[in-house]
Amino acid sequence: MSVSPERAGTSGEHRPYTLVAELTYLCPLRCAYCSNPLDYARHASTLDTGTWLEVLRSAEALGVVQLNLTGGEPLLRKDLEALVAEAEHLQLYTNLITSGVPLARERLRELRDLGLDNVQLSIQDVTAAGADRIAGRRTFQRKLHVARWVKELSLPLTLNIVLHRENLDHVEEMVALAEQLDADRLELANTQYLGWALLNRAHLLPSREQLARARAVAAAARERLKGRMEILFVTPDYYVETPKACMDGWGRRFIVVSPDGLVLPCHLAHTLPGLEFESVRERPLAEIWRDSPGLNAFRGEEWMAEPCRSCERRSVDFGGCRCQAYHLTGRITATDPACSLSPDHGLIEAARAEVAGASAGAPPSLTYRSARLGEASPSRP
Amino acid sequence: MIPPDARPRLAPKVRLRLDQKTNRHMLLYPEKGMQLNATAADIVQLCTGEYTVEEIVARLAEKYVSQPRATIEREVQTFLGALAERALLKTEP
Repeated sequence: MSVSPERAGTSGEHRPYTLVAELTYLCPLRCAYCSNPLDYARHASTLDTGTWLEVLRSAEALGVVQLNLTGGEPLLRKDLEALVAEAEHLQLYTNLITSGVPLARERLRELRDLGLDNVQLSIQDVTAAGADRIAGRRTFQRKLHVARWVKELSLPLTLNIVLHRENLDHVEEMVALAEQLDADRLELANTQYLGWALLNRAHLLPSREQLARARAVAAAARERLKGRMEILFVTPDYYVETPKACMDGWGRRFIVVSPDGLVLPCHLAHTLPGLEFESVRERPLAEIWRDSPGLNAFRGEEWMAEPCRSCERRSVDFGGCRCQAYHLTGRITATDPACSLSPDHGLIEAARAEVAGASAGAPPSLTYRSARLGEASPSRP
Repeated sequence: MIPPDARPRLAPKVRLRLDQKTNRHMLLYPEKGMQLNATAADIVQLCTGEYTVEEIVARLAEKYVSQPRATIEREVQTFLGALAERALLKTEP
């Protein structure tokens, strides 16, 4: 008896497994590492309920079995209930990816009754001071209430904590908090340096030593809690020598639909210049998935330059992250600089060297997420 | 090893569904999925908390008559063990 590997798929065709539905870019938090685009306010015209329902149905027909309801903050959509109900009808595994703000216990109960399968709650740190500083809002205590409600309502709880220099020494306390909250899953995901995080990179990027200590703590906890709590530790691209297979490859397994309806291969692809992405407002999702010039741009290997083109890992990592390549080198087809074989790898090494040379001092001013690009708001929460 | 008198059931975060594209069952859980072959699907469908491991083996032995019971027992243990390790299965009462 054998089970095929996780995330196994069919060969050849591009069957999507996961729909990432970014329901809105609005969010009560202002996290300094937000993965939404810097110019998110330009995409303010959001899809209506009927269009989202159609997107869910079309995605399921294409083969999607996982639905991530995210944003921004998906709870800000008043029609979340209708979307969860339709997802249940379609037998999609529905994961609510949320800050937990604003949420009432009654609403959570209703979402559960309608078929919500998992709640992924973000926590920014283990103390209110640390968490609220990075989120730019006082929300920490509120989130702990939400975590307790999730479990009281017998919903599975994933805690997601984004790691960076200021909280990376707290992994032990994070595990303890997750145990105390009876989380089913703990995602310790290091910041990836794109979007807002790239703006704040000098303040957020950890040193190699700090990262290694945190990873060891997480590994020990994973072993200790095996079978009870799943613990993931995601390394930042800046400290891997081979790039990650970003989104499992461009336009292969994931469909991301932005709040205004663009069909994308990842959260930030619409920040890349010269690519044409299409909207579900104008064309059926199935046609876009198959024909969109933007989605086809980096499918396969034809687009690759050296050193990717002749690299034996090209079918493993697909050349790494296109957004990272562009936002660091200015060239959209460049090898991801995270790769040690990239001619631009020096950019990564320089950023690491900067961390190693940084002296401890007063907490730096962070640039918080805001609707006006470049508006620095270094005030403390 | 999972005790023969344990009554395994899928963890609350796990859903079983038929994949329309392949006509095979799959397990779904946060951000992942696992495609099941026919035997694995048979086992999972008995992981309701109702049946003991022993009873699951007996049920499978009825269906797969050409297989030695010891083989079935080993395969059930291996598969359930793999699920338990990933926190996809509850085996305690």
